[in-house]
Parts: sequence; C-alpha cells; structure tokens
Amino acid sequence: MIWLDTLVQGMMLGGLYALFAAGLSLVFGIMRLVNLAHGDLIVLGAYLILGIGTATGLNPFVAAALALPLMFALGWVLQTALLNRVLGDDILPPLLVTFGLSVVIQNVLLQGYSADSRKLPVGAIESASMPVGPVTVGVMPLITFGSAILVILALNWLFYHTALGRAFRATSDDPVTAQLMGIRPRRIFAIATGIALVVATIAALYLGARANFDPSIGPARLLYAFEAVIIGGLGSLWGTLAGGMVIGVAQAFGAALNPEWQILAGHIAFVAVLLVRPRGLFPRAND
Amino acid sequence: MTAFLEVQGLIAHYGDFKALFGVDLTLHQGQTLAIIGANGAGKTTLMRATTGIAHVTGGSVRLQGRDITRLSAPDILSAGIAMVPEGRRLFPSLTVEENLQIGAHSRKGNGFWTLDRIYGLFPILRERRTHPGTALSGGQQQMVAIGRALMSNPTVLLCDELSLGLAPVVIREIYAAFPTIRDSGTAIIVVEQDIGQALKVADHVHCMMEGRITLSGRPQDLSRAAIHDAYFGVNHA
Repeated sequence: MIWLDTLVQGMMLGGLYALFAAGLSLVFGIMRLVNLAHGDLIVLGAYLILGIGTATGLNPFVAAALALPLMFALGWVLQTALLNRVLGDDILPPLLVTFGLSVVIQNVLLQGYSADSRKLPVGAIESASMPVGPVTVGVMPLITFGSAILVILALNWLFYHTALGRAFRATSDDPVTAQLMGIRPRRIFAIATGIALVVATIAALYLGARANFDPSIGPARLLYAFEAVIIGGLGSLWGTLAGGMVIGVAQAFGAALNPEWQILAGHIAFVAVLLVRPRGLFPRAND
Repeated sequence: MTAFLEVQGLIAHYGDFKALFGVDLTLHQGQTLAIIGANGAGKTTLMRATTGIAHVTGGSVRLQGRDITRLSAPDILSAGIAMVPEGRRLFPSLTVEENLQIGAHSRKGNGFWTLDRIYGLFPILRERRTHPGTALSGGQQQMVAIGRALMSNPTVLLCDELSLGLAPVVIREIYAAFPTIRDSGTAIIVVEQDIGQALKVADHVHCMMEGRITLSGRPQDLSRAAIHDAYFGVNHA
C-alpha cells in the first residue's frame, strides 16, 4: 500500500511540475524562445502574491487572483520592450538575454526580500487531507493537480477553439505568411508571454504554498520544467503533464527509498526516457 | 476607369542586391493584369514589395489614391491588398477551414466573401474542411490559398505563380474560378511563368526581365515574337 501511496503523491507532485512547465512550453511552441528566466519569473510571482497578501491581509488564493493581471502585464511589457528585440534567426541572443534576466530577477528579489526563506500562509487547508480510494491525499496537492488539469484544458481550448489560438498556431508555423493574414507576430508574442506568466503565477501560488521559497530557487524549477516539457514531447501540453508526472513519480519513489535520492531520481528518469524516446513521449508530428 | 492600384518607380533590394529597378504599373477596377517573365525576373519581389514583405527602397505604391508604400504587411492587407503567396504556404497546424478562417483574421464587418461562398467556388474544400491544409493535393491546397486570401475581402488580389507544380487540368480548374472572383469586384494581378494561361486570363500583360518591365500591352495586341523576345531577353535592334 505504501507504494501505491507513493505513486499517487508523485503524480500529484507532477501536477506542480506541469504548471511550472506549461508557460515555458507555450512560449517555446509559439516563438521558439527558450526563456531561461522562467523559473525566476515563477519565484517573482510567489513574492508578488506574498507582497499583495502582506499588504492587504488577503488569503494567498485571493492575492494570486489579483497578481494574475499584473503578471500578464509584466509578460506583455517584457516581450514588447525586451524579448521581441532579440528574437531572430540566431537563437543565442534570446538565450543570453533571458539568462541575464534570470540573474537580474534573483538579485532584485535578494535586495528586496533578503535570502530568508518565505512561505505563503494558506491556513488550515495546508495540512488537510482526504481519503481517495485506498490512499489518503493532501488537499493542497489535490488542488494543485486539479489546477494543472484545468490550466491545460484551458490552454488547449484557447489553442484549438479560439481565433487567438488559430493566430498562435499560424504564427508558430510561418510568421511571414501570418503577416499576410493581418497577424502581427510581435503582438501575438506579447500576448503569449503574458499568458505564460499568468500560468507561472498559478504555479507560483502552489510553489509557495507547498514549500519554502527564496530568491535562489528559480533555476531548479526551470530545470524541472524543462525536463517535463522534453519528456512530454515539444508542443504537447498533455505530454507536458505526463512529463511532470514522470518526474514527480520518480522523485517520490527516490525519496521513499532514501530521502537523498529524491532529486537525483527525477533526473535519472529524465535521462532514461530520453534514451528510449529521444523525441519525448508525445512528439508533435511536424517538429 | 479609376486607377485602383498605382505602382510608380518601385525599387527593392535584398541586402545589396537590387531586385527591382523602378517598376511602374497601373491596375484599374475590375481589371486582371498578368505579369510574366522567367525565373529571377523580379515578379515575386514585385508582389512581396507591394504587400509589405520585401523592403522597398524607392518609388511608391498607391491604393485608391492612398500612399501605402511603407506600411507593414498587416496594414497593407487592411487597406485591401491580399496575396496568394508562391508555394501556397498553408499553415500545417491548421485545418482547411481554419486556414480559410485565418484569412479573415483582421477583417472588420461583412463582405462578399464568406466561408459558404468559398465552398461554393471550390466545393471540394467543403468535403475536406476538417483535414489539415497540407494533407491536400497541390491543386486543392492552391484553392485553399486563394480562398484564404479572398476571406479578407480584398479590393486587389495578387496571385503569385498559381500554376507552379500543378498539372494542366488542375491549373484550368483553378483559373475557372477567376470570372467569379472578378465579378465580386476584385481586381487581380497574376504572376505567371505559364504564358499561355496568363494571356488567356488577363486584360493586360506586362513582361518583366531583370527587375524591369520590358513589354506591356493587351494580349490581343502583342505578337508571340514580341513576347518571346521580352521573355527571353532577345534584342533584335
């Protein structure tokens, strides 16, 4: 029974990793931009939720809802003022710029909030649990997992059932021909990065509610997100959820064997999947 | 007749390479103009410069009196010029119907061309509407590309090398749609290497060579010899 329990906990954890990864996957899918600051933007989102909560006394869930439009605006401005200028045929400039952005965000957060660990105070729900079949699952992990599924459903709906989603896919396919259709790729990219940061803010809520965070933890979250995207296969959001779950389950079993093996087990699972399926579990046909 | 589209002294470069050397052309309402010429004559560059994709370095493009020379491609589309690009360039991630719908992305209000009218023009597309655009045959893809451009309800439709890589029977089928398009009030420019097809469909023909227009006239007024000479750059003088 303990193994079943471990499996379920790992899958729930995978939901969090999928939330880390969904925004990264979205941005990469539409503009082939690898945002190395994605993890730090999630951490920034957690501090923003903390800041709003502290200033207003609101519950972190409500504070996160207030943070969503702010983070969308930040994504828009970031893309318009900075990232659109470095996107081009050469993939190196955006990598360098987002790497620099990562360092800047970490240092700004250090300056503003110090290196102390923080946590989002979600209250009694944090330790609540409920039986699901034969195992007992924490309410917060369950909400996290449910949110990941809702986010992916929402993104899929946006992609495949709206005019904006059509424009996203067309721009991703062929930005020059998209312009002949009246689409302005830079505007599309700005909206995409805004949406990516909205998803990052949802991830930030659960990141901060689940465990301590400090300004330095962004890059490790980026790594999990990367691994989830690659395992899932580039361009597939359900694949990203599956990828997150593979890492989450591997980490849970690693930790069950020996707490020191938790992180290592996740990375080993990543390498193992790549050895068997180099293009990931659910690769998109035309990538 | 009012001049719909007026191109004057248009110059375009690719980096240091000069591709257009001062091209002039006038398109009237309801007219179909053909531009013929060999590979590398500058026909596609002229289309790309007119639609804001290629960089214009001199001259002007006016649409119904309005200077649109250096507008962006989306702004030129809003002004009323749509293009069927060379090689069709359908979006592989989109179905046939989505490819058509995206043609109307920036359209405001209603117009003559709707999904139903496009399906009326090319009935096979209605059957294939849920297929990925790029899973269709070359001729059907060309129909999607034409339909996609029409969905913006353009006043001027530019068609770049519609016949490229298609069988003659398919080319005839596609050009059979042109009278309907023309009757909708859209002026048309076709760029063609297929001289016979171009002469059949057009009221006026320009022949291009090395970035210049070397011969112009009505199809019935141009002798085969004159077209041959202009096309291949033979100078009898």
